[in-house]
Amino acid sequence: MSAALDPTRTTAPFDVESIRADFPILHQDINGKPLAYLDNAASSQHPQIVIDSMSHYYERDHANVHRGVHTLSQRATDAFEAARENVRRFINARSTKEVIFVRGTTEAVNLVAASFARPGLRPGDEILISWLEHHANIVPWQLLAGQTGAVLKVIPITPAGEVDFAAFEQLIGPRTKLLALAHVSNALGTIVPVERFIAVARKHGVPVLLDGAQAIPHSKIDVQALGCDFYCFSGHKLCGPTGIGVLYGREAILEAMPPWQGGGDMILSVSFKGTTYNQLPWKFEAGTPDIAGVIGLGTAVQYLEGIGMDRIAAYEHTLLEYATERLTTIPGLRIIGTAPRKAAVISFALEGIHPHDIGTILDVEGVAIRTGHHCAMPVMEFYGVPATARASFAFYNTRAEVDRLVAALLKARDYLT
Amino acid sequence: MTLMDLKDLYRDVIVDHNRKPRNFGPMVAPDAHADGHNPLCGDRLTIYVSLDGDKVKEAKFEGSGCAISVASASLLTEAVKGKSVAEVDKLYGEVHELLTKRDTAPSPGLGKLAALSGVHEFPARVKCASLCWHTLNAALHPPQAAVAAPISTE
Ligand SMILES: Cc1ncc(COP(=O)(O)O)c(C=O)c1O
Repeated sequence: MSAALDPTRTTAPFDVESIRADFPILHQDINGKPLAYLDNAASSQHPQIVIDSMSHYYERDHANVHRGVHTLSQRATDAFEAARENVRRFINARSTKEVIFVRGTTEAVNLVAASFARPGLRPGDEILISWLEHHANIVPWQLLAGQTGAVLKVIPITPAGEVDFAAFEQLIGPRTKLLALAHVSNALGTIVPVERFIAVARKHGVPVLLDGAQAIPHSKIDVQALGCDFYCFSGHKLCGPTGIGVLYGREAILEAMPPWQGGGDMILSVSFKGTTYNQLPWKFEAGTPDIAGVIGLGTAVQYLEGIGMDRIAAYEHTLLEYATERLTTIPGLRIIGTAPRKAAVISFALEGIHPHDIGTILDVEGVAIRTGHHCAMPVMEFYGVPATARASFAFYNTRAEVDRLVAALLKARDYLT
Repeated sequence: MTLMDLKDLYRDVIVDHNRKPRNFGPMVAPDAHADGHNPLCGDRLTIYVSLDGDKVKEAKFEGSGCAISVASASLLTEAVKGKSVAEVDKLYGEVHELLTKRDTAPSPGLGKLAALSGVHEFPARVKCASLCWHTLNAALHPPQAAVAAPISTE
């Protein structure tokens, strides 16, 4: 077994330097300074083992999956389905039938909108989301509302950036057909106490979709314990490749849903008299899938399990606390999103300096952060800012990188104020 | 690879015009105006122009944006004052060259606008500097007018 998947890591003290050694991309200079990659909420980086698993597949095992009796096709299929089992275990789904591979969170939400929500929606029915959502959990519902006459209702947020639970209890009602909530906000880092929301939704018989894109890299996710009906996430936010993601759905619900896209792989038999669809999960996986992406994702979740999601969460929390403390020492810096429970994401504004200038100055210092609206324009509107700067941390970041962020921000102040 | 140097981007002139934008604010009854928006970074600005015949009498702007976009707009309002529309068009072309082409010496006619010559090293920032110029261009040549007006043969 490779060192990167060594299960003993789980008990050893958190050794960030040995973890960093697994990530080739981190060891380079940007503009003559060592890279400090603090844009993990946009996309995280890949350990060598993930890259190797995909190279190995291309070098040795590539063929199409679920067809053909030859050896390569069998190897590719085995690797593909083994990755599905890894993902099932990672999120504690009951069965691999509940793990549908999609392109990412965005596609997962669109799949649910088209195949689950749309067939039953009547004019005046309501879909409930929050003000915190990423555009991926807003626009599909707006499209659906436009197509069906359903109404999109939005739970407000508090100035700290928490979803207003009391307002939610007022908004949910007999016309609510679905609650679609971010588990963690990408723009602010707020951890939404989704368990409380799900409990209320249950009482009303309302199904729940969680956008887990930002939650899954930072904490142990157990879809059974959460009790949600759908959980959506993207591989590239948890050290896996881009272009691959997962829709978890409860089996009974997925069984009852019509297929989404039609084509190869999602059928058992096709004739012009009628077509029989394949079983779960393949019913929702039409066409040749992103086989390498699935294999990379399967390796990524194994890698994360090797470190331990609880240890990752604990380490990232110490980074968040340290960064919050250090950033608040910078004159004129305002942290946007101050919920008591946050993932390691810090959005901020620096008085008199536009986020775009911050982004450029930090880049010159080798510090990569995101600036802009973070695909959450309603959140920006709520705080009355066109954009924020956002530093987002992963378990391979260090306190020294936080210090470099702070130093670069002080430099930005010197330049521009 | 040459290293990016912040001093090339944030020259003193740029920093100064960002801190104290010139000709900033609304204009009552402008002869031409247009809105510019850069959705990626949220920059928004409006350019107003008053004309005296064919000449720009005054240009003003308002809005919000990064240092580069504010300074560029501020410099623009100074640079176009007193110029004919044809001269402004020529300047628009020169600024575009300055922002996008490497290793070209700024044309002498650019004056203070030459301070923007560091922008091309920062490709992500070219749009910030050019937003005001595209907006001015739209104000002076609104699409319907361009179709309606005969092409000058001069
Ligand atoms: C909260 C949240 N939801 C959805 C998405 C969309 O993910 P993807 O672009 O991978 O489909 C993101 C990614 O930016 C996100 O942060």
